[in-house]
Amino acid sequence: MENKNDQLPLWEVFIQKGGSPFKHEGSIHASDKNMALQNARDIYTRRGEGRLIWVVPSSSIAATTVEEEAEFFDPADDKIYRHPTFYKMPEGAKNI
Amino acid sequence: MTTKEALYNYVLRLADDNLILAQRLAEWCSCGPILEEDLAMTNISLDLLGQAEDFYEYASELNGEKNVDELAFLRSEREYFNHLLVEQPNGDFACSMVRQMLYATYAKHLYEALLKSRDEKLVALATKGLKEVKYHFRHSSEWVIRLGKGTAESNLRAQNAVNELWRYTDDLFEMNATDKVLITQSIGFSLKDIYPLWKAEILHVIDAADLAIPELGNVITGGINGMHTEYLGHILAEMQFLQRAHSGAKW
Repeated sequence: MENKNDQLPLWEVFIQKGGSPFKHEGSIHASDKNMALQNARDIYTRRGEGRLIWVVPSSSIAATTVEEEAEFFDPADDKIYRHPTFYKMPEGAKNI
Repeated sequence: MTTKEALYNYVLRLADDNLILAQRLAEWCSCGPILEEDLAMTNISLDLLGQAEDFYEYASELNGEKNVDELAFLRSEREYFNHLLVEQPNGDFACSMVRQMLYATYAKHLYEALLKSRDEKLVALATKGLKEVKYHFRHSSEWVIRLGKGTAESNLRAQNAVNELWRYTDDLFEMNATDKVLITQSIGFSLKDIYPLWKAEILHVIDAADLAIPELGNVITGGINGMHTEYLGHILAEMQFLQRAHSGAKW
């Protein structure tokens, strides 16, 4: 049987709540920007979760692949000095 | 007719329009063309249901005897004052979007005009409703344009919908004794004032969608006087069944 994909193009949805940074919420299907914003609004902000919405065509996102994982991330494993754990915290400095 | 009676009739008219269209849109639940649109239509339905509830609460307050559920579920067809447009069947997706666009444009101008009403409660409800119907207009008008400018088939379906529904648009601007009383009290307003605004906005969308307004033939009116098309009785049968079979049933 033919496995035909008749879905509209995929978009990634980012939503900002209050003053915090935009956060990836999920994805939706839409044929254009306006439809993407409205679908994102209807699916991800129905319960008052958002103040601002970004939508990006999923095809525009450059992503690393699982095959590249070792090359990209393993070198960081043994560089413990990159963590700022060798300093004494000054007195009075909170929330760091 | 006293001012209070007129206001009660008028608020019921607003409530009934919202309830019946909400019920129609709810029929799309799980049947939408795509998941996103399924949610969008049921969201709009819930917005309208919320508005209906607010108007019924006000009507119940004015009536003093019947509660919200009794008003929504225990009146018969001839006691409903909604417009004929909102009771028309969903048809295909194009038909539902054209119906939504025609109604949302109307509701937008209606609520804007009601912001100047002398009745504070009506002003408050119109203010709340306006934000919602503006979004409904945006959503449905963009779809009408998308369908009109889409494929030959989507254009044909949208045009068929306009041809089918146009005859019910005069009904939106009918007025009766209720309006007369409320206009003299500066609570209501003449629908003639908003007709040109509505028409201009509809023409703008229809033009942008490469569609055309049909010759006006076989015009049907009567909703605000309780004279309905054959469809309302069927909607009520489904919607009211539970309350009538199990009187006072609650969640």
